[in-house]
Amino acid sequence: MAITVLRAGPAVTVQDMGRPGWLAQGLSQGGAMDRLALIEGAALLGQPETLATLEIAGSFVSLRAQTALRLALTGAAMRASCDGAPLVWNAVHAIPAGSILDVTALNSGYGYLSFGGGIDAPVLLGGRSVHLAAGLGRAVHGADVLQIGPDRRRRTGLQLRVPDRCAATSIRFTRGPQTARFDADTLARFQATRFTKDARGNRMGQRLTGGQFAAADGLAILSEAVLPGDIQITGDGTAFVLLAECQTTGGYPRVGRILSCDIPSFVQLPLGAEFGLRFVEIDRALEIEQVEARRRQTLSDALVPLIRDPATIPDLLGYQLISGVSCGDELDPHPGEKD
Amino acid sequence: MTARIFDFGVDAVLISFGDQLSDKANTAALALSAAIKAEDIGGVAEVSTSLVSVVVRLDVQQFDRADLIAKLQAMLDRCDWTARPGPKAPRLWEVPCVFGTDLAPQLAEAAALAGLTPEQAICALTDRPLRVQTIGFAPGQPYLGRLDPAWDIPRQTELTSQVPVGALTVAIRQIVLFSVPSPTGWRHVGQTALRLFDPARETPVLLRAGDEILFRAVDRAGLEAARAAGGAQVIPWR
Repeated sequence: MAITVLRAGPAVTVQDMGRPGWLAQGLSQGGAMDRLALIEGAALLGQPETLATLEIAGSFVSLRAQTALRLALTGAAMRASCDGAPLVWNAVHAIPAGSILDVTALNSGYGYLSFGGGIDAPVLLGGRSVHLAAGLGRAVHGADVLQIGPDRRRRTGLQLRVPDRCAATSIRFTRGPQTARFDADTLARFQATRFTKDARGNRMGQRLTGGQFAAADGLAILSEAVLPGDIQITGDGTAFVLLAECQTTGGYPRVGRILSCDIPSFVQLPLGAEFGLRFVEIDRALEIEQVEARRRQTLSDALVPLIRDPATIPDLLGYQLISGVSCGDELDPHPGEKD
Repeated sequence: MTARIFDFGVDAVLISFGDQLSDKANTAALALSAAIKAEDIGGVAEVSTSLVSVVVRLDVQQFDRADLIAKLQAMLDRCDWTARPGPKAPRLWEVPCVFGTDLAPQLAEAAALAGLTPEQAICALTDRPLRVQTIGFAPGQPYLGRLDPAWDIPRQTELTSQVPVGALTVAIRQIVLFSVPSPTGWRHVGQTALRLFDPARETPVLLRAGDEILFRAVDRAGLEAARAAGGAQVIPWR
């Protein structure tokens, strides 16, 4: 099974959960910017969340399915169609062989195309994700062919009912090694600030506008480890959030670290949207992460049949209107564990 | 010098041996990191060092976070890590390097800031092995040290727009060797044939923290010969 890339805008990349374990070699984990979207895609398809997907960063892609396949659309909602017929977002669809798929971003968010069987891109250093900053792989171009792994499941026509995370107004962060270097007044002002994203964001990090801040002895900090989610205060006093492909060490003071479970909401905030950064202590942050981890394990509870409005189906009479909807595994308690 | 464990978000901690770079703090971080790895504690997902600290990533979904931190604190309290001799360098590398010329145009400038002639500067950078204090920032990129106090020279205020792969640069009593072409504020005083990161190689990252490097001054022909031979070779401990 394979898909051919007909056209691709900038920053369309194959992504999985990244490559953990290389920090001592100077390589950050990388992987999908919105990991929750990969988990949702896996829940829709009933397959492991470790399979590789296609990430579209505020851009577009046009693909031809060389064979019939299943496609789940998750992350920032985009305009998607199959041979011109609109495809519902946060849903899994059956794509006939030879179809042309078009997906175009509506804003700067990250959209994900997950395929039944996953993208079988070459494994490099233990992962399939492209790491642009480290030069591992490259963005997809027109005429690329992406191999798709064997798909053991058949279910389609399902939708995932999940809260919209693309319009968050508050992102939570917790304590990091240098939080105590910021005095109480600065931390209070930081939390009262209405931030927006600067246009200069990418997979390495995102600059924020909204205020200037400083740590005590800010310029005298020795380089030490940095991790995705770190909020560093750069030389001109602005906040910069490190993301999936960040460097592994840094010498700027850091206010704290955004909760892993809030990173998906953060990366999906549209340009121009105002939001706040709210501090929670470590114990509270741990509870929040654990509750979210449990919710993610039971995402399949949020699967519902995809109801299409007959009025929007252009070739309604071409459909077999009875039967053929269920393939019997929609109500499996843990679909991801069967493969 | 007391080590401290800092929260680093929910799923990591940073164990820091202070906020000043010293050989003692650096070797303590390397020794503690090696010991944590050897202990093989369930729930420790990853261990890495930077100059004077150890970062430990934790699996807080499967394991109790407070319990993991208590185990790390117990290891920290087991001995005075800063009083221990550093771990024996795993490997000693000999690295041919062209100092100065058009290949590394800032030798004279950096030497002058250090109060040395270019010849004295080359001597100072080649007369003894230097330890890889940490690998970081970019894949496979080493920070070496520690140089004599004369080399406590500041970074440039204006960035050099790009130094090539294998560039040897100096500032603040350290050397950085570049694994990828990069803009930098460090002064470019030498050029090696090192390929520090090559994802296609069986061992993608050439150096490890704790390795030692002895630079050997060569001319352009010597550099090309080194390039053909892979840029460096491990020399047996005497």
